[in-house]
Amino acid sequence: MTYFRDVGALARKDLLLELRARDTLPAMLLFVVATFVVFHFSLPANPSRLAASGLLWVAILFTALLGLGRAFVPEREQRVLDGLVLAPCDRSAIWLGKSLATLAFLVAAEIVALPVYALFFRPLSGAAVLGVGLADLGICAVGTFLGAMAVTTRARELLLPLLFLPLAIPIVVGGVGSGVADSPGRYLWFLVLYDLLFAVICWASFEYVVAE
Amino acid sequence: MGRTARIPLPALAVASLVLVTTALAFVFFVAPDDANQGFSQRIFYFHVSIAITAYACFIGAAWKALLHLWKRDQAADLESYVLVHQGLIFGTLVLLTGSIWAKISWGHWWLWSEDQLVLFLVLFLFYCAYFMLRYSVDPGPQRANLSAVYALFGVVLIPVSFAAIRLAKGLIHPVVFTRHGPNFGGWILVTYCVAQAAVLVLAYTLYRLELSGKRLDGRLRELREVLA
Amino acid sequence: MLTARRLGKRYGEKRVLRGIDLELPRGGFLVVTGPNGAGKTTLLRICAGLAQPTQGTIERDVSRGQVGFLGHDPLVYRELTALENLELYGRLYRVAERREQVGMLLERFGLWEARHDRVGSYSRGMTQRLALCRVLLHEPELLVFDEPYSALDEAGAELLDTQLAELRGEKTFLLATHDPARVDALASGRLALAA
Repeated sequence: MTYFRDVGALARKDLLLELRARDTLPAMLLFVVATFVVFHFSLPANPSRLAASGLLWVAILFTALLGLGRAFVPEREQRVLDGLVLAPCDRSAIWLGKSLATLAFLVAAEIVALPVYALFFRPLSGAAVLGVGLADLGICAVGTFLGAMAVTTRARELLLPLLFLPLAIPIVVGGVGSGVADSPGRYLWFLVLYDLLFAVICWASFEYVVAE
Repeated sequence: MGRTARIPLPALAVASLVLVTTALAFVFFVAPDDANQGFSQRIFYFHVSIAITAYACFIGAAWKALLHLWKRDQAADLESYVLVHQGLIFGTLVLLTGSIWAKISWGHWWLWSEDQLVLFLVLFLFYCAYFMLRYSVDPGPQRANLSAVYALFGVVLIPVSFAAIRLAKGLIHPVVFTRHGPNFGGWILVTYCVAQAAVLVLAYTLYRLELSGKRLDGRLRELREVLA
Repeated sequence: MLTARRLGKRYGEKRVLRGIDLELPRGGFLVVTGPNGAGKTTLLRICAGLAQPTQGTIERDVSRGQVGFLGHDPLVYRELTALENLELYGRLYRVAERREQVGMLLERFGLWEARHDRVGSYSRGMTQRLALCRVLLHEPELLVFDEPYSALDEAGAELLDTQLAELRGEKTFLLATHDPARVDALASGRLALAA
């Protein structure tokens, strides 16, 4: 119980920071819509279902990367992580709290982005939306974890996409599949499996990322 | 230090030389021509054994990473890194041989319908990022931890990516090409086993060689510091 | 409380610490001095448990929640207020009667009036005072202070003097400073690092 209260306090702190500074969410929103417009001009006039679905996933992935790259900036600027790491609470709470906060930003961006996508390109099925939701969990769990890794390196934000994209390929497969396949069931289950598997690994190994 | 000094390095080098020569002899002179693809199908023996070896390296690297994190085994960091390095070298060879095989069999250098090839492309990207990560952190406990954690992710990514590629195939690319799996049996099986053994021993020799070189470097540095 | 033997730390090719022996009994007050670049900060980070030595051993007879670490950075969020920062730390560090404790510390360090202001708007001295509040909040057994007097004005420094004198003997201190004369009366031991 205390564990979840810690997680809640950490996530609330991130939402509060965003509310004050307002630098991540507006950037994500603007970016995702701009990406759609760019895609419109780089795709054929009537893109196939598969092509349109592909662009949705590229847009989601890169928008998420934008947010994930910012995730640990407040901690890095003041080295607050030192203070959090010494706290007697379970260190994975830092990861879970941050993941929930980035998830909130990503979902907020998508609440705007998905209707815009439907308006610009083609409507989304219920399974597609469910796929996006499940993929968000995986993206935020793995992405936050890798974001914490990336901030401790010299290359910082530059490294995050390189670390993240190979791991995100299965998410894209599951996401595209849930949107375009006739029977999206197994793609959705695949996403669930991915989320569970990687969430457990991240949860178990976060300790080693923040502490020497 | 003493715990990896099981088989002396010169003996390993001789063993891998003998095995690789034998494997080449078997592949070129013993194995029968493939009914469909003729002589050129012989690259299969190396392609598959190299792929298996690369997997073995990645799995070994993850195992060493686990030992590092779990048992706080300091030496395991370097061992894990060297294994990833070897895995990446053999993985690149998988891409090369696979590409050649694809060209010979189907006239294209690259086929998205080949699961193994696509998987190795993903792994290639993943483990290149491992190197970027490792060289972006100063040597020390922090770097060892980050490398180990990422190597562990890799071993989970292999089956997950494989499943994803299989799932995607039905979706994006209708399967046009099918490969006639060689009928394992007789000389084909023997040749494959010899080739597999040769590549595995070669990889192990290279691993030990690189490891001892890296360790020597480290000790030399320490010595220099003591003298300075 | 702390025993270190032949401690060494290396960042890549660069060696920042070498062959440090250190003994800090419970209730002791060890002052670490040395020129810039001698490795004071690194030594303190190792003692606080934030870094691992690359050579030698360190035994720490204290759990990580019982360490109070004051580094160069205040370790607080600039976009949060003083109160919000301390609330968060109090929760994560399992401080009983958080509200009273936070209020008392803010009062003592003269930040009560500014408790609802964002830390980003604080002066450096005020930020350092807040950092001191953060360190003392969970009443740690081992206090690791890296240049605690930096950025403090005379009133702030005197406040810190009183605080240190009050806790001397009750808690264990490891303090790095350029001005050892200031804490001479409190020190139980001295460790001079060579460049």
